[in-house]
Amino acid sequence: MLRGYVLLFLAFLYAPILLLPVFAFNDGTAIAFPLNGFTTRWFAEMTQSRELHAALLNSLMVAAAASVLAVLLGLAAARANVRYRFPGKAAAMGLVMLPLVLPEIIVATSLLVVIVQFLEWPLTLWTVTAAHVLICTPFAVAILNASFQALDPAMEEASIDLGESRASTFRLITLPLVMPGIVAALLISFTISLDEFIIAFFLTGSDPTLPVYIWSLLRFPKLLPIIMALGTILVILSILILTLAEWNRRRGLARAGVKDTGGFL
Amino acid sequence: MNDSSGTTHAGSDPLIRLGGVDKHFGDYHALRGIDLDIRAGEFFSLLGPSGCGKTTLLRVIAGFEDVSEGTVTLDGRDMKGVSANKRPTNMVFQSYAIFPHLSVAQNVGFGLRKLDGTKAEKAARVAGALEMVGLAGYGARAAHALSGGQRQRVALARALVLRPKVLLLDEPLSALDKKMREQMQVELIRLQRQVGITFILVTHDQEEALVMSDRIAVMFEGEIVQVAEAEALYRRPASRRVAEFIGVMNFLPASVTGDTVSVAGLGEMRIDALQSTARSDGDPVAGFRPETATLLFPGQDAPDRVAEGTVQEVVYYGDMTYYDVVLDNAEMPVRISMRNVFGRPVLEIGTRTRLAWSPGAITLFR
Repeated sequence: MLRGYVLLFLAFLYAPILLLPVFAFNDGTAIAFPLNGFTTRWFAEMTQSRELHAALLNSLMVAAAASVLAVLLGLAAARANVRYRFPGKAAAMGLVMLPLVLPEIIVATSLLVVIVQFLEWPLTLWTVTAAHVLICTPFAVAILNASFQALDPAMEEASIDLGESRASTFRLITLPLVMPGIVAALLISFTISLDEFIIAFFLTGSDPTLPVYIWSLLRFPKLLPIIMALGTILVILSILILTLAEWNRRRGLARAGVKDTGGFL
Repeated sequence: MNDSSGTTHAGSDPLIRLGGVDKHFGDYHALRGIDLDIRAGEFFSLLGPSGCGKTTLLRVIAGFEDVSEGTVTLDGRDMKGVSANKRPTNMVFQSYAIFPHLSVAQNVGFGLRKLDGTKAEKAARVAGALEMVGLAGYGARAAHALSGGQRQRVALARALVLRPKVLLLDEPLSALDKKMREQMQVELIRLQRQVGITFILVTHDQEEALVMSDRIAVMFEGEIVQVAEAEALYRRPASRRVAEFIGVMNFLPASVTGDTVSVAGLGEMRIDALQSTARSDGDPVAGFRPETATLLFPGQDAPDRVAEGTVQEVVYYGDMTYYDVVLDNAEMPVRISMRNVFGRPVLEIGTRTRLAWSPGAITLFR
């Protein structure tokens, strides 16, 4: 009974995603059964689209910048959270983590209003990047919190006791020991930014990110199989990156000889 | 003893002097008016139950905590404003804090990085330190692959390689099993004699403190209540609380009239014949250690005075037997430890017995 429920649950979650590769390799423009035969021409056509290449490049740039910034902010927040006690800490951390649960459409709308109405900035990839930092930072903080919690405070004290300064201690001891967490946070932030649609859709100017570009293709039914092919590649890429992030995190924990206390997978 | 001739640590000036040290953590008063002198070359222990402030005091000396009030003088220098990385102290942490991403040699050589000297000289110092703690040839090993005992040795080598004036040890043996702990106690004593560095050990284990230390400071609730050598601490505790914390002591109700005291189950004796008197913080009681009295077996004579009683409980330890004996005219039993002798039977519960004791082993707490 319980086993049946789990299977049903997993099927409900993943069956739609499994349809992606099915139609990506289907020789026909209609997304419907029965299938017409096997082809790789959608993948071939995909590589010919210059707009798609531009959108992919935009997404990669935004994801790279957003993940690096989110992890830098996350490092500071997580270290402060784990190592120090200060008034208003719980409230501050709560606000940092809040974008995890805020409806993205609300975040996107309010950001659009602020940027266009008050700041009067043009909508560019920079505005998208800034917004993506906002939604990636909570994930980075969550992962890095676990990393800092697993780090014995005596490690840093031992380094200082042996004559190093606070700065050199951070470089020689803290950073190497939380590095697996940093890498995991980078990879997960990168994936989130790469896949994010709503905020990018609201804040993109003339340069669309990949998800926004895909959405614009939906108006042309003829191009749907190309989206299926692209989607197939994106899903595989995301799973690969997440697996890599988790593998790296666990390896780091094992190396430091500490117990696994968290993580997303 | 205190000559102020200007020369530092010339035997008379202490290496460490704490004067009126207070430490507050918010509302919590962790250290209360600590005055303490520690001499150069001493193996000194801070002993007390958890939460008594002993670790805080160690961290004050190391420079990890500022004092709220008072002074810390180390080797004649006021340590105010001197941060932990500039102090001539090194610490062995309770968790050992071995850097897991470095090799054993890199761990031990960590503090040497900034010092002058060639690579070869430093490598030789690292090798020497590893040899001293019995880990010669372990330098290339990964630190995360070491056992608990080996980690502790690496932590010791890493601290001692810098030749600090003071080595601070924060409950260094508490993570080891009993056998390993006893072995490391002996090794630490040997090591301390070999290097001649002042060791300050924090421990909650009174036996460990007695075994290892030249002098012991007993702490309760942020205060030092007694500083003494091991034997003096055991024989002449300053208060009933210290006596209860250090080893086992039997307490019997006592009443004082003039210069004599009447003890339940033992009878009357002159106060000046007792071993010592101390603070009771309550009703007067007389106390004696389990090994200072003996049960007499049939045919044995008493060297001093004799009391009679009944065996209530027998605890057999192999080499020792503990007897709980209720003395006539006393309510609570007293515990007597007897070394087991080949051919002598262990007494049974309910046996009437005679107890040989001496006023010279009794401390009056009043």
